[in-house]
Amino acid sequence: MSDDEPEILELPLGDWHRSNGARMVPFAGYAMPIQYEGIMAEHLWTRQNAGLFDVSHMGQLMLTGDDVAEALETLVPGDIAALAEGRMRYSLLLNEEGGILDDLMITNAPMGHYLVVNGAVKWEDIGHIREYLPDEITLNHMEDRALLALQGPKAVDALARVVPGVDRLCFMEADSFLWRHEPLWISRSGYTGEDGFEISVPAEAVVSLADALVTQPEVKPIGLGARDSLRLEAGLPLYGHDLDERVDPVQGDLGFAISKRRRAEGGFPGSERILKALADGPPSKRVGFTVEGRQPVREGAAIFAGDTKVGVITSGGFAPSLQVPIAMGFISIEYGALGTSLEADVRGKRVGLTVARMPFVPHNYVRRGAAR
Amino acid sequence: MSRYFTEEHEWIEVDGAIVTVGITDYAQSQLGDIVFVEVPAAGTVLKKGGDAAVVESVKAASDVYAPVTGTVTEGNGALEGDPALVNSDPEGDGWFFKLTLSDASELDGLMDEATYKAFVAGL
Repeated sequence: MSDDEPEILELPLGDWHRSNGARMVPFAGYAMPIQYEGIMAEHLWTRQNAGLFDVSHMGQLMLTGDDVAEALETLVPGDIAALAEGRMRYSLLLNEEGGILDDLMITNAPMGHYLVVNGAVKWEDIGHIREYLPDEITLNHMEDRALLALQGPKAVDALARVVPGVDRLCFMEADSFLWRHEPLWISRSGYTGEDGFEISVPAEAVVSLADALVTQPEVKPIGLGARDSLRLEAGLPLYGHDLDERVDPVQGDLGFAISKRRRAEGGFPGSERILKALADGPPSKRVGFTVEGRQPVREGAAIFAGDTKVGVITSGGFAPSLQVPIAMGFISIEYGALGTSLEADVRGKRVGLTVARMPFVPHNYVRRGAAR
Repeated sequence: MSRYFTEEHEWIEVDGAIVTVGITDYAQSQLGDIVFVEVPAAGTVLKKGGDAAVVESVKAASDVYAPVTGTVTEGNGALEGDPALVNSDPEGDGWFFKLTLSDASELDGLMDEATYKAFVAGL
């Protein structure tokens, strides 16, 4: 390794992944598992059973102090004040123009507001939050904690055997649990479209917790490759690919993250521009695509209507659950209607695309009040 | 018949003037689950080092270069319906294309199996 290459950091589960047969790659500055037995098999296992993902590269932040919810509302467009304790919300960290700095989860936890942010931009997020929030609010970057995700229709059976009581949580709810005297913070949430949990655990206990989970017959460890194909099938955007600072929440098709009260009151970064775009419609937006034939259309491929370039693919690949290629991208609004036929340029060859409804694979969340 | 290997992880089986080209077991293991292969049509003239085929895994697209110069006599049509043949039998039924060799001296710089194995072991 030459001197100008950035140092690749080790996460608490690094050697655990290696000893479980993972192929490791650098990701967000850390050595992380891209795959174990293979992306296709891991993806399908997660859709049918339960997959264990190490997401310890993500930033876990705790904000404490008076009026944290009100202060957070100056940075994000969600109704944070209305979050009851133990409830969480998907939200967006916005710059002054309303561009998306990151997407994140915000939970009203007993000890403060708990944020999970993307690993690749967590240092920028921390700087941004520190700069914009009042000094009375304390930001604790919980680097002493690891983060696991257990995802899939059988995740609840496996986790409830290890941590009794987790089945009382429903989608987007969280609580603290004790496991062998270790304090866990567990939410029923994830990034695969499946039912599942995310588990914050003290770093020194994560190896034994991961061992306890993969011992369950429903559970196999899953790499980043399948994490990406699962989230693409679920229609979920990946920050840095499908979302970035040039995209506002309306273009990103994330209008649901702008809560009703905030639409009425404004007061979030870029709110004037964003509320106008909500009313008038954006010039372009994020949509899904089905792809003609078998060849995947990848990130960066230009989208054409005839000879006119009308968009770009931001995520694309092969959908293991559907056995066809799928993609996500940005398209000029006049070509964004469901069913619109377009073409992508794949290395000089035109490949047919059709604007399609997302998610590509139905979500399988366990919502409170819904029939099981 | 003799089999040669390239540093780009292709194998070349020579049978008289006809050579068969595929990717090695090491290459398929690195690519992972293969979901699409595009092979050249019969009659395509390939130049050594030029683009010959495309192989796509779940994760990424890769080019396969022509290891030697020649004219394609047959692409492996079985790969269109069953691209995973490249994973299951890369150095057999998962072959990519056959071509007539233009210049046999182009084989001189290629590795034999033992040399290729040592090359992979050093990666």
